[in-house]
Amino acid sequence: MLAIAPPGWGGVLLTGAVATLFISSGAYLVGMALGLAGALGKLSGFRPLRYTLNAYTTVVRAVPELILIVALYYAGTDGLNRILAWAGLGPIEVNGLVAAVAVLGFVQGAYMTEVLRGAILAIPVGQLEAAKAFGMRPTLRFRRIVLPALIPNALPGFANLWMSVIKDSALIAVVGYQELALAARVAASNTKQYMVFFLAAAVLYLLITIVSNMLFSAFEAYFRRGQRPVS
Amino acid sequence: MDFSWIFEYQGLLVRGAFLTCLLLAISVTLGFALAIFLAIAQVGNGSIARWISKGYCTFFRGTPLLIQLWLIYYGLGSYLPHIPGLRTSFLWPVMREGLFFAALALTLNFAAYQGEILRGAMLAVPKGELEAARAVGMSARMILRRIWLPRAIRIGLPTFAGEVILQLKATPIVFSVTVMDLYGAAYKIRQDTLLVYEPLLLVTVFYVGLTFVITQVFQKLENAVPVRR
Repeated sequence: MLAIAPPGWGGVLLTGAVATLFISSGAYLVGMALGLAGALGKLSGFRPLRYTLNAYTTVVRAVPELILIVALYYAGTDGLNRILAWAGLGPIEVNGLVAAVAVLGFVQGAYMTEVLRGAILAIPVGQLEAAKAFGMRPTLRFRRIVLPALIPNALPGFANLWMSVIKDSALIAVVGYQELALAARVAASNTKQYMVFFLAAAVLYLLITIVSNMLFSAFEAYFRRGQRPVS
Repeated sequence: MDFSWIFEYQGLLVRGAFLTCLLLAISVTLGFALAIFLAIAQVGNGSIARWISKGYCTFFRGTPLLIQLWLIYYGLGSYLPHIPGLRTSFLWPVMREGLFFAALALTLNFAAYQGEILRGAMLAVPKGELEAARAVGMSARMILRRIWLPRAIRIGLPTFAGEVILQLKATPIVFSVTVMDLYGAAYKIRQDTLLVYEPLLLVTVFYVGLTFVITQVFQKLENAVPVRR
C-alpha cells in the first residue's frame, strides 16, 4: 500500500513531503527577509514605521494561524486581481504554491521580527561602540559586527520557528494545496486505510523535525565556537 | 462591510463561541493533568517511564496538530465501532461525535507541550528546597505534592499563559472534523452568504478578545504569587 509506484501511495506521500519542505523553506526565507527588515525598522527609531511594525507583529501573533492563512489566501489573490484590473490587466490565477509561500512567509515574518529584534538587542553595546570608534560605516558595521554577533543569539528562535513553519504548513491543506497532510488525506480516503496513511505522514513529519533538530544543534555548536560556555 | 447577517446567525455564533471555550477548557485542564504525569516520568528514576514520556512528547511536538486530529478522528474513529460492546454502551453517543475526537486530540497535544515546560520548571526548583523537605522527613510523595509541584507550577506560570494562548489559536482546525466551533460557524456563514471577510473579521475579534482575557487572568495569578526582590 505504501509502495512508491502507482498502485501504492508512497510516491504521493513523498511528493507531498517534498512539497511541504519546499513551502516551508520558501516561507522561512521570505519570513527571514521580512523579519530582518522588520527588526531593523523597529530599532530604527522612526516612529510611524515602528507603530506600523508593532501593529503587524501584534495582529499576526494574536490571530489564529488558520484564520490568517484563509483570510490572506483569499485577500491576497483577490487584492492582486483588483490591482491588476485597476492597471487594466486581466485577472490571473495565482499559483497555489506561490500563495502558500507568501501567506506562510508573511506570518513567519512577524515572529522573525521579534526573534531578530531580541537577538540584535542582546549584542553587547560595547561591541557596536567599538565598531563605531573604528569608523565603520553602518552597512559595514552591520555586515561585520551585527550579523555575526546576532546569529548565535537568534539560532534557538530560528530553530523554533522552523519547527512551527513545518507544522503550520499542514494548515495549507485546508485551502486545498496538496502538501504532505492533504496527500495523506487523499491517499487515506481513496483506500479507506486512514490509520496507515496518517501514521505514515506523521512519521514523515517526525523525520523532518528530528533531522532539522539535529542540524540546528550542529549549527549552534558551530556558531557558538569560541564563546565561553555558560556554566 | 455588511454585518446584517449577525442576527440571523446569532444562535450559531453563540453556540460556536461556547464550543471553542469548552474545547479550550477541556484540553487545558485535562492536558495539564496529563502533563504532570509526563513531567514526573521524565524527571523521575524509572527509565521505561522516562522513555515512554520522552517518545510521547517527541511525537506530539514533532507532528502537526492537523495530522494528529485526522489520525485520531479518521484512524482511531474507524476502529472504535469494531470494539465489541462499545456501540451499545452509554458512552457511544459521546464517542460518535467529532467533538470527542477533537477534544481528545487537543488534550493529547497540549499535554505534550505542557509536559515539556513543566519538566523544565521542575528542574528549575532550587535543590536546597527539596533537600530541606527531605531533611524534615517528608516522604517522596509528600515532597512532590507539597514542595516540588507547587514550586514548579509557580516557576512555569508565565510560560503557561503563552501555552494557553497558543492552544486557543490552535482550536479552529477542529472545524475540519465537522465540529461547529466558532470558526466552523464562520465557515458556514461564509458559504451561506458568500461574504468573504466579514465573518472572519468577527471571529478574529472574538479570538483576540479572549486572548486579552487570558493574559489578564494569568497576570492576576502571577501577581498573586509573592516574589521577594
